[in-house]
Amino acid sequence: MTAHDAKGPAHALPQTSPRFSATFDPHTLSEIRRAAATGIYDIRGGGTKRKLPHFDDLLFLGASMSRYPLEGYREKCGTEVVLGTRFAKKPIHLKTPVTIAGMSFGALSAQAKEALGRGASIVGTSTTTGDGGMTPEERGQSQTLVYQYLPSRYGMNPVDLRKADAIEVVIGQGAKPGGGGMLLGQKISDRVAAMRNLPKGIDQRSACRHPDWTGPDDLEIKIQELREITDWEKPIYVKVGASRPYYDIALAVKSGADVVVLDGMQGGTAATQEVFIEQVGIPILSAIRPAVQALQDLGMHRKVQLIVSGGIRTGADVAKALALGADAVAIGTAALVALGDNDPHWQAEYEALGTTAGAYDDWHEGRDPAGITTQDPELAARLDPVKAGRRLANYLSVMTLEAQTIARACGKSHLHNLEPEDLVALTVEAAAMAGVPLAGTQWIPGKTGGY
Amino acid sequence: MNAISPDITFDLASAELRELNEALHKITAESNTRRWRVLNPEGRHAVAVGIDAPVTVEIDGNVGYYCAGMNQQASVIIHGNAGQGVAENMMSGFVRVCGDASQSAGATGHGGLLVVDGNASARCGISMKGIDIVVKGSIGHMSAFMGQSGSLVVFGDAGEALGDSLYEAKLFVRGTVKSLGADCVAKEMRDEHKALLAQKLEAAGIAPGSVDLSEFKRYGSARKLYNFHVDNADAY
Repeated sequence: MTAHDAKGPAHALPQTSPRFSATFDPHTLSEIRRAAATGIYDIRGGGTKRKLPHFDDLLFLGASMSRYPLEGYREKCGTEVVLGTRFAKKPIHLKTPVTIAGMSFGALSAQAKEALGRGASIVGTSTTTGDGGMTPEERGQSQTLVYQYLPSRYGMNPVDLRKADAIEVVIGQGAKPGGGGMLLGQKISDRVAAMRNLPKGIDQRSACRHPDWTGPDDLEIKIQELREITDWEKPIYVKVGASRPYYDIALAVKSGADVVVLDGMQGGTAATQEVFIEQVGIPILSAIRPAVQALQDLGMHRKVQLIVSGGIRTGADVAKALALGADAVAIGTAALVALGDNDPHWQAEYEALGTTAGAYDDWHEGRDPAGITTQDPELAARLDPVKAGRRLANYLSVMTLEAQTIARACGKSHLHNLEPEDLVALTVEAAAMAGVPLAGTQWIPGKTGGY
Repeated sequence: MNAISPDITFDLASAELRELNEALHKITAESNTRRWRVLNPEGRHAVAVGIDAPVTVEIDGNVGYYCAGMNQQASVIIHGNAGQGVAENMMSGFVRVCGDASQSAGATGHGGLLVVDGNASARCGISMKGIDIVVKGSIGHMSAFMGQSGSLVVFGDAGEALGDSLYEAKLFVRGTVKSLGADCVAKEMRDEHKALLAQKLEAAGIAPGSVDLSEFKRYGSARKLYNFHVDNADAY
C-alpha cells in the first residue's frame, strides 16, 4: 500500500519534476541509442559545438585619459596585410586581414567554391583550395588563391602549383589535429573522382601523414623542394591544428615557413567523427598567445606571419585575434553561412532531413538543401555564385568595418597596432588562456608579472 | 656510365642549385640545349625538380631528397643513389636511378615511368596515382600504400604490408612478399596482365623474353574497404 492509495488523489503528495541527468543528458542518451542501433560512430561536418572559452570572454578597454581614440569617420585605420615577406619573391598583399580558409571542391560544390572566390576578390582577400585540387571556377574567380599541399595529394600537380599565389602545406586542422579525412562515396561524382584519380562512388580516404616526409627536418627539405619548383616566388604557409602551438609554430618557423596558420578546435571540417571534433585539440583562444610567444622567442613575430582560425564570426573576433598577436584570420564556417548555409529559407527541407536550420551538420551526406556542401547537380544549382559571392563580400566588409571601429576606439591607426594591453578577460579561464588580466584586476592567472 | 655527350654541363661544386633549377625551368620548346649533365650533386636535395620540357638530364653522383620531383616530360638519369621521394608526384617523363632509392620513391606520381636499378626502401609508390614504377631489386615495407592507379613491378622481394589500403594500382612481384596490407590480395595473372607487365618491362628498357613473366605474381585490391562498413573494423 502506498501513501497515494491511503489518502486518495485529492491528497497526493507533491511530486518532484522529471530530472535529467547532467551526465546522461538527452543528447548523450540519444547518442548511446544511435550507437547501439548502428554500430558505427557518428560522422558530421563543422567544428566543435560545445561551449568553450572564446573571444566572447574578452573585452576591449577603449581609449581613456591616457590613450587617445581616433575619429570614427575621418581618421584612417589601416587594414591591409602582407603575407610571405620572409623568403618569397612575391608576397601576398591583402586589403583585409580576413581570409577564406581551405575548403575543398568535393566537400563543397563548384558553385560554392566560385562564390567564395567572387566574394573574397571583391574585398581584396584570398581563398584557399582544399583536398582534391584546384578548380578552374575557383582559380578564375579568386584574385588571390592559396593552394593546399595535403597528405593525399589528390589533384596535386605542378601546373596548378605554378598558378597559385601561395602554397599551404597542411599538417593538420583544428577540427581534427592528428586526423586524416574521408569523403564519403555519395559525394564522389564523376568530376570529383576524375580530379582525385579514384573510382566513382567509393569512400575517398585522406591520409593523416604526408607520404614523403616525416617531421620538421624532412619538412624543411620539402619546403625547399616546393620553393625550387616554383622558383622561390610563392609564399609557403604551414597549417597546423591547435594542440601544442608553442612547439608547432617554432618548428614551422624552423622548417622555413613564410606564414603559419593555426586552426583552433572550433574550425570546421567537411566530415569527421563527432568524437574527434569534440575531444581533440584546443580552443583558438588558448593557442594564440603560445604561438605568438614562439615567434617572439625566435625574433620572428611579424616576420613570419600568423593566421589564426576557428570560430571567427565578427569584426570583434578579428580585432581580438589581432590584438593577441595574429597578423590575419581565416574563416570557413562563417563564410559558408554568409553564402547561405543553414539558412531558414530551407527550413522545411532541413526538417525533412531530421534537423533544423542552424543545426544541420551532415555535410558529408551531400544532401545540403542550400546547395553548398553537395555534389548533387540540382541542389548545387540552387546557389547563385554571383549573389552568394556578393553576400560574402558584404559580410567580409562588415567584419573589417567592425574591427576598424574597435581599433579606432583603442586609438590604433592600423589593426596590427592592437595589442594585448587593449584587452581584459571576463572569466578566470579566458584570462589565463589569453594572458590578459581579469577585468577590474591586475590578475593574469599563471603569470607573476604584467603582460 | 654510358653518359650522353651533353650540350651543357652544370657543376654543382661551383654553381648553386638554384641556378641549375632556374635554368632547367627556362627551357622552352625552341631551346637547343636538350642534353644536360650535372656533376658533383653530393647528396643535394631537390636537384632537377619541376622540369617541364623534353630534355635529358644526367646526374653523376648521389642525390638527396626529391630529385626530379614533379617532373614533366624530362628524362632524368641518376648515376648514383637517390634519397627520399625521388620522382615524387611525377606527371610524365622518365626517371632512372642507377643505384638504390630511399623511402617513398615515386610517391603520389601521376604519370611517367620510374626505374630503379637497385633496391627501393619503404613506401615505394605510396599513394601512386598513375605512375609506373619498375624496381629491379627489392622494395621495403608499406609500399604502394593507398596506391590509386599505375603499376609497380618488383623483380626482387617486397617487405611487410604491401599494398595496404590499395585502390586500383596494379602490383607485380617476382620474389616473396613478407606480408600483404589490409585489403591487398594475390590475384590471378591472366593474359591481359601478362601483356600489361610485358609492356611495362619493355618501356623500362628490358628486352622482351629476357625475363620470364610467369615468375611474377599479381597483387591488387580486394575492394572490401571501398565503402566503410563496421563489420570490417578489424581491418582498419
